[in-house]
Amino acid sequence: MTEATRSLPADPPAAAPLTARSAPASRPAGDMEVAFDIQGFSLWYGALQALFDVTIQIPAQQVTAIIGPSGCGKSTFLRALNRMHELTPGTRIAGTLRLFGDDLYSSAIDPTQVRRRVGMVFQKSNPFPTMSIAENVLAGLRLNGVRDRGFLRERLEAALRMAALWDEVKDVLGRPGVSLSGGQQQRLCIARALAVEPETLLMDEPCSALDPIATAKIEELIRDLRTRYTVVIVTHNMQQAARLSDRTAFFYLGKLVEYDETRTIFMKPANPQTEAYVSGRFG
Amino acid sequence: MNAPGEAAPIPTGPPLAPPRRLADLAFRWIALLAALTIVALIGLVGWELYHGAGPAVRRFGIAFLGNSTWDPVTDRYGAWPFIFGTLVSSAIALVIAVPLGVATALYLTEFAPVRIRQPVIMIIEMLAAVPSVIFGLWGIFVLIPWMRDHFFRWLQGAFGFLPLFQGPIYGVSMLAGGIIVAIMILPIVTSISREILRSVPDLQREAAYALGATHWEVIRVAVLSYARRGIFGAAVLGLGRALGETMAVTMVIGNRPEVSASLFAPGYTLASVIANEFTEATSDLYLNALFELGLVLLILTVLVNVLAQLMLRTITGGASGKVN
Amino acid sequence: MPAAISVHPSRGQQVWRRFKSRVMAAVMLTCALAVMAPLFLVLYNLVHEGATSLDWHFFTQLPKPTGEVGGGMANAIVGTLVLLAMAAVIGVPFGVMGGVYLAEYGSDRVNDWLRFAADVLNGIPSIVWGMVVWALLVVPLKTFSAYAGGVALGLMMIPLVMRTTEEVLVLVPQGYREAALALGIARWRTIVVIVVRTALKGIITGILVALARVAGETAPLLFTALGNNFWARSLAAPVSALPLQIYAYALSPYDDWHRQAWAGALVLMALILLTNILVRFLSRERRFA
Repeated sequence: MTEATRSLPADPPAAAPLTARSAPASRPAGDMEVAFDIQGFSLWYGALQALFDVTIQIPAQQVTAIIGPSGCGKSTFLRALNRMHELTPGTRIAGTLRLFGDDLYSSAIDPTQVRRRVGMVFQKSNPFPTMSIAENVLAGLRLNGVRDRGFLRERLEAALRMAALWDEVKDVLGRPGVSLSGGQQQRLCIARALAVEPETLLMDEPCSALDPIATAKIEELIRDLRTRYTVVIVTHNMQQAARLSDRTAFFYLGKLVEYDETRTIFMKPANPQTEAYVSGRFG
Repeated sequence: MNAPGEAAPIPTGPPLAPPRRLADLAFRWIALLAALTIVALIGLVGWELYHGAGPAVRRFGIAFLGNSTWDPVTDRYGAWPFIFGTLVSSAIALVIAVPLGVATALYLTEFAPVRIRQPVIMIIEMLAAVPSVIFGLWGIFVLIPWMRDHFFRWLQGAFGFLPLFQGPIYGVSMLAGGIIVAIMILPIVTSISREILRSVPDLQREAAYALGATHWEVIRVAVLSYARRGIFGAAVLGLGRALGETMAVTMVIGNRPEVSASLFAPGYTLASVIANEFTEATSDLYLNALFELGLVLLILTVLVNVLAQLMLRTITGGASGKVN
Repeated sequence: MPAAISVHPSRGQQVWRRFKSRVMAAVMLTCALAVMAPLFLVLYNLVHEGATSLDWHFFTQLPKPTGEVGGGMANAIVGTLVLLAMAAVIGVPFGVMGGVYLAEYGSDRVNDWLRFAADVLNGIPSIVWGMVVWALLVVPLKTFSAYAGGVALGLMMIPLVMRTTEEVLVLVPQGYREAALALGIARWRTIVVIVVRTALKGIITGILVALARVAGETAPLLFTALGNNFWARSLAAPVSALPLQIYAYALSPYDDWHRQAWAGALVLMALILLTNILVRFLSRERRFA
């Protein structure tokens, strides 16, 4: 199977385990397929080391939260999952990072291919200013050469529905993307990311710029996305992590300090540093 | 009702085309080549001038710069009258434009009501958009007659004891050239000075006010002294522009290659002589000499501009590049 | 009362200082007026001397033979437009792509040098450009030509457009680039469809400003396009242009040609002013409903 077909589920169900992964399915408890398998991963910005030997397995179709004080490396770690750190010149990595068994950093893979499989939503919503709502959602598809208008139309609706935005914008799809409210813009960005059918979705503090009502809507959205996607969310809001995630990883000074089920991290963390952070004694 | 995550199965479609590294590389190289045309152009300009001036450089040597003979008939050439003309007309332009420009910049930053600022700035920008040849046209038919009949006469009457203001008044003159160049460099001097003055921190002004200084004293003590270096840089940048002005100068300066102490005497600049005589050049050496003048002009202008860039870069942090 | 050294200024001193301050304010205002005056004077003269000559003949006829009254500047107007088109063909691609490189690629050190070089080029006197292109195109082809004129103007445009393009591209927030790349869009597509498209207005206004600049240039055309009192035989022959015609007429001894020089100058100025107004119009901030 070539890398290209990985990015979209193949049509005939017999072809690939891909289909099974993306179809809504209820996972029996304890059956943890690993999405990201990360071993001994370190990252340097020039001479400065930002991540130290991180080893972690992120399960598929669950929400994993990354928490920690500012500067602990959580955003750096997140961006390493879709090779976005490579936009800064002078970065280098060591260790391995696999997504469903594929080494994302192998020389055979183009970072662009990685990013089609791993979607990202940013802290500050950034719908493309020169595009309408519809054009924004379809940007990832159109700019990769998809021309079939029927297919695009269906994808547009599906992505907007998944982002809980369809009903609000279905009559005004031609309006500029930036004419929406802050919360709507962020959902638009989520729809845009989902439209290319990634296997996983990374979210970097997606609600930090939003009001509580918009935040609640997006949190509900994230909970529902879990049935289809693997979601990794960085957040500085611990209550949010506790509400949303199945597993939580606590980072401090570039190291993974503790990683466990969310209940455990927040109720009876094993590490004293974790305990100090979640009880608010620092951070 | 909207049910996020529980939508109908995602429609599958044709697989996305694999990314082509080739396209990315090709685009980057095309952009790089385009950027490198800048370097190529500098090389081209330098080389063409050097090549065109070659024979004259070899023939006349460094004495070319000090020689005052310009005789195409006998093929003897010297650059001094033109260097003199370029420097003097530019100096006159600076003497007029820098005080006026700085004063105007001060007016805009310190005195002007906010609503007046934008229109005034717009007017000054429009002044910058007027082509040189139109200034020249206006110079010939409006400015020169007025200066010849009124302004110069008055100058000679009031200051005739100075050699600067002696001698016959034709109208076309070094002074006319300087004045018209002054008008043309006013926008840039004003605009850069404005930026410099705006960058003076309010703290400086407030400290002076707190000591009981009047508005003018604040300007003199806190603003101007702080901005001195930047304003000097603005003046140097204006000089760089003044050196290269061709058309308007050619039309009002008289175009006589002589070196005179009088501002009323006609003059000739490096750019003007090239403009006037290039297509008439009868001999190869004539052309080479003109190219050598061009080379002198180029070196002079580039040096002054580079100096201005260096001075302004440290102050405005690189904002000086966008000046047209 | 002994006049001790007083820290506080006397009443008289205060009045004098405040008076001086007011005087200086008036001086500043006068200077500002003096700086603005030439524009109004020039515009006034342009209209006063040239407006009456702007009739149908002026725009459609060729210059009459030397000394005869009448005729127009049709060839000069067309010539200017043709030269500008050719200048744009050279200046826009190299300038915009060069600006893209400076803004999106390259290292800090290399780009600093490139920017410095562009600024140096911007400061080269336009007559030098004329000499260079003369040596480059006129001599080998053994003819003055519109091509040479267009190339001269185009080469002047490149550093201008490069700097203005870079400036607007740098203003595009990094977030858009990241969002596009995160969608798996190739880098070159990101630059073309997202970054450049977002900055498009700024790029276009930069091009217009550069065109308005070179439209008024005479010196580079003196030995490249040369000028022509008739319609150019071809693009490989001397061609007329507004600035050239104005210059030639202004220096001539004929009153009728002087009149036409003013008219031509008015047309040229109007062209430039209209472009500047268009630029201002395009640069307004658009607000969303």
